[in-house]
Amino acid sequence: MAEMIPVKERMKQEEIPMREQLPADRIHNFNEVPLGYTKAEAIKEAQRCLQCKKPTCMNGCPAEINIPKFIKYIVEEDFKSAYLTILETDALPAVTGRVCPQEEQCQKECVLNKKGKPIAIGRLERFVADWARENDIHGEKGDIQKRNLAVAVVGSGPAGLTCAADLAKMGYNVTLFEALHKPGGVLVYGIPEFRLPKEIVEYEVKEIEKNGVKVVTDFVVGATGSVEDLKNDFDAIFLANGAGAPRFMNIPGENMNDVYSANEFLTRSNLMKAYLFPEYDTPIRIGRKAATIGAGNVAMDSARTALRLGAEKSYIIYRRSRKEVPARAEEVHHAEEEGIVFNFLTLPVRVLGNKEGKVTGIECIKMELGEPDDSGRRRPVPIEGSNFVIEVDMVIDAIGTMANPIISNSARGVEVNKWGYFKIDEETMMTTCEGIFAGGDIVRGAATVISAVGDGKIAARAIDEYLLSGKSLRKNK
Amino acid sequence: MFQITKKEMLYQDIYAMWVKAPEVAKSVQPGQFIILMTRENGERIPLTVADYNRKDGLIYIVFQVVGKTTDELSKFKEGDYLFSFIGPLGKKSEIDNFGTVVLVGGGTGIACIHPIARNLKEAGNRVITIIGARTKQLIIMEKELKKVSDELIVTTDDGSYGRKGFVTEALKEKLDNDKAIKKVWTIGPPIMMKVTCALTKSYPVDTIVSLNTIMVDGTGMCGSCRVSIGGETKFVCTDGPEFDGQLVDWDGFMNRISRYKNEEGKSWNHYKEQKTCHCKGGER
Repeated sequence: MAEMIPVKERMKQEEIPMREQLPADRIHNFNEVPLGYTKAEAIKEAQRCLQCKKPTCMNGCPAEINIPKFIKYIVEEDFKSAYLTILETDALPAVTGRVCPQEEQCQKECVLNKKGKPIAIGRLERFVADWARENDIHGEKGDIQKRNLAVAVVGSGPAGLTCAADLAKMGYNVTLFEALHKPGGVLVYGIPEFRLPKEIVEYEVKEIEKNGVKVVTDFVVGATGSVEDLKNDFDAIFLANGAGAPRFMNIPGENMNDVYSANEFLTRSNLMKAYLFPEYDTPIRIGRKAATIGAGNVAMDSARTALRLGAEKSYIIYRRSRKEVPARAEEVHHAEEEGIVFNFLTLPVRVLGNKEGKVTGIECIKMELGEPDDSGRRRPVPIEGSNFVIEVDMVIDAIGTMANPIISNSARGVEVNKWGYFKIDEETMMTTCEGIFAGGDIVRGAATVISAVGDGKIAARAIDEYLLSGKSLRKNK
Repeated sequence: MFQITKKEMLYQDIYAMWVKAPEVAKSVQPGQFIILMTRENGERIPLTVADYNRKDGLIYIVFQVVGKTTDELSKFKEGDYLFSFIGPLGKKSEIDNFGTVVLVGGGTGIACIHPIARNLKEAGNRVITIIGARTKQLIIMEKELKKVSDELIVTTDDGSYGRKGFVTEALKEKLDNDKAIKKVWTIGPPIMMKVTCALTKSYPVDTIVSLNTIMVDGTGMCGSCRVSIGGETKFVCTDGPEFDGQLVDWDGFMNRISRYKNEEGKSWNHYKEQKTCHCKGGER
């Protein structure tokens, strides 16, 4: 067992970096980029934790993980207890350990920030989850008192999975509806293999199923059955269908064949595994020079996927400056390492094509920053006459998503705001229809996996409270 | 998993199947479509619903072998299971009592007009159905359509059955002679729909087409199916599949459905090379 080292010593220890695939190698494969900690590395990093009496890190964790406790177990080399500690509140540890923006969450709150680098909480979480999976260690099913009440969870992304897992632990009969043929939502169709291996998502979904959650795929709520139909069979409903509709720029040439929404490009590659075409049947366009519009995490994922599919040049085109880039710093760093070319303060105005309808370039205009806009960021303003053309043969729109109305159209009494997102009570996540709750991107607009996880947890508790008070959608009918 | 309860070969490379999908059958309406996958590493293909049986939870699909997935699908036998089958997707046809309506079907589009014709008939319309194909054997579902039509006209390009000529010629005659016609549905190969719309443009009738584009999810998530309708970008999967034919940007639509021509060829060749092992897909 490793030893706890004196506090003063701990402060002096350097943060343990995580090994990564070299950029020159990884741009030719879809394998994961960071390679994870070894046991020794994890222990060494865990030893840096001050084990604060009043830990602040936990304030930054919507998954409510007891962070100091699981880190202490790592120091003690009791990885199983570390895993069970995380699993108490987070049903997707290998996922959140990889894709959470820890620098904005738990690690931001770590007291070590004052003196140097915070504890690498995400990396440690990932280590523990990977260790458990590799060593066939599973969560323990405690004595669950079954409650004879049924909850429908719509959408199997991070919000839905978390809510379903928590409700199943409370003893409810939970059915999780997924429109696609595989559960996981954005974790399987959106985030690429090189950031989140699909095998890991599958594994954690299976673990949730083992706890009693019934997963129904191929069921489009709003088409196969309506929310009204669900009210006949369920006592409460949680809507977590994500903000799945793509935005386009509405510029000329955008309907040409080699112009993709990031949703389509990533779904083809990730969910349908088009990068393995023709072993897998779904094709994808492989551009020689690809332009991705936007600079969020989805844009980074798209530009880096284009590179791995075989593009010689992969550009990011963003209308604001580097300072306003919404993607996680780590993603931008990885993209730059891989040779993605960033064009800041650049706005596409037209997609150019030849007679056969093939994309030949994208005409852009240079921008400068003006007065702050509603978002508080300086508004980019076009510089007249600065038009120029970037030669590309494919374009990916990654400028964001919006609400898909397929569910709200089928739910009576559930109000949406002007953007089509469900209106909710912030404390309970309940919509304007009693007994129907909502969370994740269909409430917030495109946000992070961890905020969706947080919503799932809050909703599960609120649903429990609602049902404990004797209310039920079925009874109300 | 979704079981194929009945399969028939309508002609050479045209097949029909009844698939057990009770949830889909419960809510399906005329004009809607489904998306299916043959196996886990297959692709998702949309097919318009040709009929349904709510009581037994069955959906009827008709397809022509045009590539790898449809060929593989044609090898599935009664009792086999499809990996994925989702729906009903898209908006339903606008069914009302319009008076006199004409339904024009070509190729496998003939199958697609069937549930629309039946519902229009039930709504009290006088239903004239015109179906056409290259040759006699390609005329499908004639019997079923006869049942739900007040008048059925069959055309073949080679004159081997019914009238010799194209569906548009028969339609033109009807439009010229029957001023009561209010609405025309035309479903079939893109070029047939385009030509039909060009014809009906000069008559005081609404023309509805059903577009079959390349899709991935089919629920409004990816935008693969987008097409310009009256200058506005629409998604066939959620805004359609039926649109006012006069507003469709036909060239743009036809360009987009040929997006993966090269890749489709590649996939087809790869499949033929590996056929010995892939065939088992249909025999699970």
